[in-house]
Amino acid sequence: MTAIAPAVSGGTDATPAPSRRGAASVSTPAALGLVPFAAYVLVFLALPTLLAVVSGFFDDDGAFTLDNLIALGDPVIVQTFVNSIWLSALTAVAGAIIGALACYALLGLPSTSRVRSTVDAVAGVLAQFGGVMLAFAFIATIGLQGMITLWLQNVFGVDIFAEGAWVYSLPGLILPYIYFQVPLMVITFMPAVSALKPQWAEANLTLGGSRTGFWLRIGMPVLAPSFLASLLLLFANAFSSYATAAALASQGSQIVPLQIRAALTSEKTILGRSNLAGTLALGMIVIMAVVMWLYSLVQRRAARWQR
Amino acid sequence: MAAVSRAAASTGFAPGRTARWIIGILIAGVFSIPIIAMIEFTLRDRDGGHSFVHWTGLFDPANAPKYQPIWQGLTNSLILAVVTIAIVLLLLAPTMILVTLRFPRLSRPLEFIALLPISIPAIVLVVGLAPVYLVIGRTFGTGIWSLAFAYGITVLPYAYRAIQASIDATDVRTLAEAARSLGASWSDVLFRVLAPNLRAGLLAASLISVAVVLGEYTIASLLARQNLQTALVVVGKQDAYVAVVFSLLALAFAFALLLVIGRASTPTARKARS
Repeated sequence: MTAIAPAVSGGTDATPAPSRRGAASVSTPAALGLVPFAAYVLVFLALPTLLAVVSGFFDDDGAFTLDNLIALGDPVIVQTFVNSIWLSALTAVAGAIIGALACYALLGLPSTSRVRSTVDAVAGVLAQFGGVMLAFAFIATIGLQGMITLWLQNVFGVDIFAEGAWVYSLPGLILPYIYFQVPLMVITFMPAVSALKPQWAEANLTLGGSRTGFWLRIGMPVLAPSFLASLLLLFANAFSSYATAAALASQGSQIVPLQIRAALTSEKTILGRSNLAGTLALGMIVIMAVVMWLYSLVQRRAARWQR
Repeated sequence: MAAVSRAAASTGFAPGRTARWIIGILIAGVFSIPIIAMIEFTLRDRDGGHSFVHWTGLFDPANAPKYQPIWQGLTNSLILAVVTIAIVLLLLAPTMILVTLRFPRLSRPLEFIALLPISIPAIVLVVGLAPVYLVIGRTFGTGIWSLAFAYGITVLPYAYRAIQASIDATDVRTLAEAARSLGASWSDVLFRVLAPNLRAGLLAASLISVAVVLGEYTIASLLARQNLQTALVVVGKQDAYVAVVFSLLALAFAFALLLVIGRASTPTARKARS
């Protein structure tokens, strides 16, 4: 490491060019410092992703096949993808709207205030700590013996499970998903909302605009790209979520992540193809790639108004 | 604080006091229902009344075997958290500093790579990690700590953001050059000059890593390893009350952690602004 000592030239912040050129000319020893991280990312991010995708193109004997790809057209598989997309879209829209309302309510509170730091912490916990505990929370709330279930039964004589225990199947996932989507929306959308400049409102007032006018003509158009970007992130979040569904829906595989579990864990896999997990993973990656590509497009527009 | 909110209110886009309270109470109210339901659930006793029997049962030595998986899972999760933090502090942070100081043109690609795990679902990663871990098991053994290699990837986006915010708020380049010209060695620059200045970011990255690792279920369960979350599922099948009690404790712990992050990172924000 000491060998590169003379390389740090007198480049200051005002003139970054010389130091950058200086770095380039003696980059070989310093570049070695990048090797451990590069190797780590290669082995634990790039390689697994590649293996997951590629495994879908081989059969049990290791021969190349497109059969698994054809399996993506199977009605059962198509239905799980439709379920996943539908569930993610619904909870993303609901989460985005409720989350945006929460951000609106927080508007005007400085980021150093106690309310803000508490809300930030709560949102962080609820967005991060979903999964298994969230499933427990909803079983305790609207499960067969849940607090709300019993309360509705005892007070109003309403049995929310008269039609069957839907809480343990697809519709039961909607409320828990919204529960982790809203905090994520607060985390991702709040910076954009805080970046609204009071000067814009002053300009609006000076020109005789009203508060409603501000939101319709300035606030909403300015925030629209950020809102859309957060919405896409919420969709991706729900689409890739596994733990809540795995802990809540113990039977059946109505969404793609659970279908992957079934393909990974069962001996006799669905449709008799053990490498189906790889194909399903490929399907997920394709959808996520489209979502993240849209996200980067929208994010570029949103960045215009920030800073 | 009052001045800022008054300014926002008078210029006419912040909600009024009433609107703020109505939205706040509605959302906070609805979102606290599942938490309240969890608390109520843990207070139910066997004859339909309410008591602290499930909470006091935690200290009953007769129940110790039943809680064994949870203690084991918690120990494993804490080991994983420590190794994951080590990966973040000894692998990610030095790389980010090196890129800032010597390879500014690589900062965009690094950001892309660091944020990539957000777009690759953990369940997809598991499909490819299974064969990778077969090889790792053969070379490093099957110790629980090796799972932290995978967790280092899942915390990458969060840790990157926390550390990068800190780097952006500190003039890393000038500090390093000043230290170098005063004769400090590179290890001194890294550990005695830069690390203390990036303290808030490094702390936030470590705490968020703890929160993510303690909440992780997907990778551990599908690679058949035991951590806190998989233990909760196992115990939950025998005694749902205990599982919910431990979930509440874990939630409270994570909340305290993130509150610490929030309070710890505020002073730097103020410093950067002035």
